[in-house]
Amino acid sequence: MIKRPVIAIPLAVVLLVVSGWAVAAFPRSILAFLLFQSSILFVYLAAMPGWLRGALLAVALLVMMPIIGAHNVYYLEIATQVGIFAALALGLNIVVGLAGLLDLGYVAFFAVGAYSWAIFGSPQANLIFGGGFPLAPGWFFAFLFVGLAVAALAGVLLGLPVLRLRGDYLAIVTLGFGEVIRVLANNLDKPINFTNGPKGITPIGRPPVPFGMPYAEFSYLLVLLIVVVIVIVNRRLQDSHIGRAWEAIREDEVAAQAMGVPLVRAKLLAFACGASFAGVMGVVFAAKQLFINPESFTFLESIGVLAMVILGGMGSIPGAILGATVVTVLNLQVLKGFSLWLNELKNAGVVVLGYPLADLPTQLEPAKYERMIFGIILVLMTIYRPQGFLPAKRRRRDLK
Amino acid sequence: MTVLFEARGITKRFGGLTAVKDVDFSLTSGIAAIIGPNGAGKTTLFNVFTGLYTPDGGDVTLADQSLVGRRPDEITALGVCRTFQNIRLFKTMTAIENVLVGMHARVRLHLWDVLARGRRFHDAEREAWQRARALLERVGLGGHLHTEARHLPYGDQRRLEVARALASSPRLLLLDEPTAGMTGAEARTLMGLLRGLVADFGLAIILIEHNMRVVMEVSDRVTVLDHGEKIAEGTPREVQTDARVIEAYLGRRGATHAAP
Repeated sequence: MIKRPVIAIPLAVVLLVVSGWAVAAFPRSILAFLLFQSSILFVYLAAMPGWLRGALLAVALLVMMPIIGAHNVYYLEIATQVGIFAALALGLNIVVGLAGLLDLGYVAFFAVGAYSWAIFGSPQANLIFGGGFPLAPGWFFAFLFVGLAVAALAGVLLGLPVLRLRGDYLAIVTLGFGEVIRVLANNLDKPINFTNGPKGITPIGRPPVPFGMPYAEFSYLLVLLIVVVIVIVNRRLQDSHIGRAWEAIREDEVAAQAMGVPLVRAKLLAFACGASFAGVMGVVFAAKQLFINPESFTFLESIGVLAMVILGGMGSIPGAILGATVVTVLNLQVLKGFSLWLNELKNAGVVVLGYPLADLPTQLEPAKYERMIFGIILVLMTIYRPQGFLPAKRRRRDLK
Repeated sequence: MTVLFEARGITKRFGGLTAVKDVDFSLTSGIAAIIGPNGAGKTTLFNVFTGLYTPDGGDVTLADQSLVGRRPDEITALGVCRTFQNIRLFKTMTAIENVLVGMHARVRLHLWDVLARGRRFHDAEREAWQRARALLERVGLGGHLHTEARHLPYGDQRRLEVARALASSPRLLLLDEPTAGMTGAEARTLMGLLRGLVADFGLAIILIEHNMRVVMEVSDRVTVLDHGEKIAEGTPREVQTDARVIEAYLGRRGATHAAP
């Protein structure tokens, strides 16, 4: 059904239209929005000409999603979060999926990007330089590149000492690096107040929005644009001598070097590229949240992004995006929605099989089982589908 | 003719064990074989030649340029490439991708070219893929371009390693037991291929080999190592009749009676 264009194309269009209508008609229904997301996945997987697939995806993401967001801003928030995590997963995908360098402190680069704009886009920098801050909102766009550069630099700084480490040892050191960045953010409020410590930085400036657009819509479109750019960059790197060298390092470091791959440069480039994606998104994240503190950048966030990469399929671009979507949606929508629904039933005094739901202990709230559910999913995946949802395809090239 | 590759007084120790002791070796052209019993130091010598090990003494030169202290990838870029005794292919990559990785040292593209994907990139990439295909066809893997390396039969994996090493356009190719695990017919085909490479490109080859029929047929010169020391050198015929070589392989006559 999905393989035959005659059926797949009309089905994809119908699915998109129906699910779009459903979300508009029932803006509070979680199922409707899940159906919309599934129909986007269907468009991606169904057999159809490339231009049509591109057009349908563009309609869904550029036209339908903002309209849906106008009905229910929360969905736009979810979509934006998915985009942010997709960018993180794509960055980590380069380091872990392609180059095979297990990085457990990846969120540190996200933090570096976020703090770089948070400090200068808020009055915080006055405490360091005396005055003249926050910078004008327009600087935000310049800071996208500053965040990129600073994170890439941090990537190289992390990369240098760990070049000789592999596997478990590398994982432990990167984990430590992630913690160092968080602890730094926590404690750099004295002697000079850079980060305002655990209290965090607020209010962080937002960029000027064109055409009086609501900020949520602007933020969504900006994230979408950045993700598209990241996907293009990622594909170009992957499908070149650089990407092949990364994969060769993952497969056999000694052989790769013996075949002429300069290990130091290739590894540092992988760290820098992966980190730079996180850095850009950090800047966007800081502006979107208006407030950041070290709690946003914990070890669990790194693990979450790693889970996205593993679920989607190591080294696979669509896999990383799908992984980010599944984890974020499960997190923000399904479990939360289930909790809300259960609470409604509780408050309504519903009785199931003679047991009043109101007596259910609060510990049984599904939203509190997020980590356990991920654990179960990861275990099941490693047993039944270790290559991930959408494993990387080997490239071919027509040599005629 | 000037000497292409020369090693003088190579010594390599691991703790108290001297794996290679004061070995001289030189090659001007053609095919040289290094033979010797297990543990004689043959692979250690290769690892010194290709920069995986730094020798404790001695010097290695390619066309009068010292290779000691250079990284393996730099040595590959200078024109020395190798295969491994225990096959070390990039397992989940296809045959042609393995060969493309072998070309890494010859790629003249910058990060910017890759990101911009201009004419330069497309031309270089197309050329690389075509050359990789030609190399695979030459070693007889033309039908397996897109097969993942791990799914190839053993003999094919050995030939893929040769193709991958050739991709770096070496002047000197080091082959560590290239016919191990091959049938007699496969080994003969491979040797024919090596002879062809020497004739067509003036490639020089050093091979470590246990298959004596292969060694005697294909090599111009043979070097024999035992316990890390060079014990004989010469044409295959000379080496075959050398008393010390026979002793190293078969033991001394009456040695079993020698009382400790």
